[in-house]
Amino acid sequence: MRILTLRDLEMAGARGTAALYPSQTKIMVGMATCGLASGAQEVYDALLNEVSRQGVDAVIRQVGCIGWCCKEPLVDVLSPGKPRITYGEITAKRVPKIVEALAQGEIVKEWAIGRLDGDENLIEGTKRSYLADDAQVQVMNQVPLYKEIDLFKDQVRIVMRNCGIIDPRSIDEYIARGGYLALYKALNEMSPEEVIEEITRSGLRGRGGAGFPTGLKWKFTRQSKGDTKYIICNADEGDPGAYMDRSVLEGDPHTVIEGMIIGAYAIGASEGYIYVRAEYPLAIEMLTIAIQQAEEYGLLGQNILGSGMDFQIKLSMGAGAFVCGEETALMASIEGRAGEPRPRPPFPAQSGLWGQPTNINNVETWANVPVIVARGGDWYARIGTETSKGTKVFSLVGKITNNSLIEVPMGITLRQIIYGAGGGIADGREFKAVQTGGPSGGCIPAELIDLPVDYEQLTQAGSIMGSGGMIVLDDRTCMVDLAKYFFTFLKGESCGKCIPCRLGINRMQKILTDITEGRGKEGDIELLEQLAVTVKGASLCGLGQTAPNPVLTTIRYFRDEFEAHIKEKRCPAGVCRELIEYSIDAEKCTGCGRCVRVCPQEAIVGEKKKPHVLDPALCIKCGACYEVCKFGAVVLS
Amino acid sequence: MDASDFSVSDIEDILGHHPYGSDVSLIAVMEELQARYRYLPQDALILLSERLGVPLSQVYSVATFYNVFSLVPRGEHLISVCLGTACHVKGGDKILDKIRRELNLESGDTTEDYRFTVEEVRCLGCCSLSPVVRIDNDTYAHLTQERVPKVLKKYQPATGE
Repeated sequence: MRILTLRDLEMAGARGTAALYPSQTKIMVGMATCGLASGAQEVYDALLNEVSRQGVDAVIRQVGCIGWCCKEPLVDVLSPGKPRITYGEITAKRVPKIVEALAQGEIVKEWAIGRLDGDENLIEGTKRSYLADDAQVQVMNQVPLYKEIDLFKDQVRIVMRNCGIIDPRSIDEYIARGGYLALYKALNEMSPEEVIEEITRSGLRGRGGAGFPTGLKWKFTRQSKGDTKYIICNADEGDPGAYMDRSVLEGDPHTVIEGMIIGAYAIGASEGYIYVRAEYPLAIEMLTIAIQQAEEYGLLGQNILGSGMDFQIKLSMGAGAFVCGEETALMASIEGRAGEPRPRPPFPAQSGLWGQPTNINNVETWANVPVIVARGGDWYARIGTETSKGTKVFSLVGKITNNSLIEVPMGITLRQIIYGAGGGIADGREFKAVQTGGPSGGCIPAELIDLPVDYEQLTQAGSIMGSGGMIVLDDRTCMVDLAKYFFTFLKGESCGKCIPCRLGINRMQKILTDITEGRGKEGDIELLEQLAVTVKGASLCGLGQTAPNPVLTTIRYFRDEFEAHIKEKRCPAGVCRELIEYSIDAEKCTGCGRCVRVCPQEAIVGEKKKPHVLDPALCIKCGACYEVCKFGAVVLS
Repeated sequence: MDASDFSVSDIEDILGHHPYGSDVSLIAVMEELQARYRYLPQDALILLSERLGVPLSQVYSVATFYNVFSLVPRGEHLISVCLGTACHVKGGDKILDKIRRELNLESGDTTEDYRFTVEEVRCLGCCSLSPVVRIDNDTYAHLTQERVPKVLKKYQPATGE
């Protein structure tokens, strides 16, 4: 089973092609974590049942996540010679109708949301058409093409090129789409220095947060002297609101592994670690399978592709500590200790894991590597802006219409992302801000909607790129509460080693809590700003150094909201419990009693079909009545 | 489950089948231990320290540093309420309060009958489905306070059992 030659690789690819495009119909179910949480397993089981019950000649396969999260569960049907049709929001109940249509060579138009007439094979640079000449089915052509759909129009898929297309458990399918060709090219046609040169020329920067040039980082580690060198994949995706790394690991684990092998060759490392957070069991499962397959094919282990290179990858599991995303803390954790950061220098490139030269990149960074090596640094550098090259994957979540995972070129504006791909603000509400960069980032207000998204522009606006979470906020989000949220988060996650972070964050969290609970006083804003300077300037690691960002940007752009809380004891967004009150509008209340049933306090009384009354003395402001009322009769003031 | 269920052979078993041989990671072993007992029994940690030749102080430091580890017994079902940013802005804290009320958890995180333990987690990475709650291996999407009792009922013993 070992792959030694290009011919071997092509043969594995041929097996993969046969699985990707079988001679009978193929039904694919998106079974990444989001899909499964939406019921994809039930849909998968129902498809198996129904296909056999109706005697339809079709295979059913699982794929990763294509990023259309708001339409999960997703089912794709690909019949030979016909376009690939994507069905959205499919339940087990809807399955029989889909299979019936399939048996007739038709589709269920009302559930079909997207169509692909072929797919791009990024690495080989070829496009594979699905269509046979005589198969232009009229009905199918009424389903919009992916490239005509707002969510996908502006996308350029490099990192996510295989997500939702291949079965992540099949190394052959990965190879069929050009996988491990870049590794073959690197080992056979390029010197390690040339690989580093290619990465440098691409302009690729770290996708985990700080945006350090990847080529330079590799060069430092290559030049360092040490008995053993290590490379690490940081898959401790800790930023709340970001899940692109999970999706890549669940949907296309081999791209990360191939990127790491190429990196190991360039740097001269013989061992690699993937540090995955424990919250991602499916990603761990997919990686375990992928590593095992790569070992069987001789792409990991001794004498890789017959080149004489030895390299192995081990999985290391996190245990729920946000600070372990910081590289020195992460290495302490791999070494089996508490994940406390240490001062730099020495940088990991000089002294990292077990004191040896170590190179750390995150999942998305590694996933870019095979495409850069295959297509060349110049090709990659044509995408993006002057200083930020290539694409970035963003998770577009919160109060947005299309909750989704998108990969777009750097330099795209927030407007294009939020109103284009995102489809605007959910429930017709007003756009207020977008939070980027997690707890190290900040909130960018609506007036900066035309900001081009790249490393520099986001930093200038007071936030950071971070790992790519974009949490969209509407007029019902309280910015003071959000700042408090991040400080509560960071207070729990500060490792406690250095004083500015441990005490500073704690103090700032207390001040913010006071403000949201109506105990804010004159001078609090200034005190927060003063503490922010100290925490930023004096903390040991990135966690503390960036911790004040969420409060600094909210003060910068939403000072009036802070003042409303402090001076008027009022929460304009209606979020802070101590500053709000619920009541019932007698004119709108129909007396349906739904609020009465959900109220945990029996605070609402009233006769059936007559306006009800809410007793504010009993109310604990859980908001349950507000959520269930269909008539807008529960009023928040 | 209490500490009396702890058996020496379990530790031997975990150490014995560990894939990385002598290069065994303390954290990985502790994670397996935690998976087996739902917490880390004191006697098990002492034995682990001896067997791995790692000072007990370091074992304790690791056990108390990471959120997934617990030194006290936990309930049969682990309810992880996501309080990531997306879940927060969509009312995750209200879901948490509702679950605690439903389970009559005034203080502490584990119900008296050791059926449930409730924990807050910072992002399960299912942000498009917020607010999200994971119970054991099942993830519940777009949860509302109204739906909470029904979801919890699935993990209660069937009446008449």
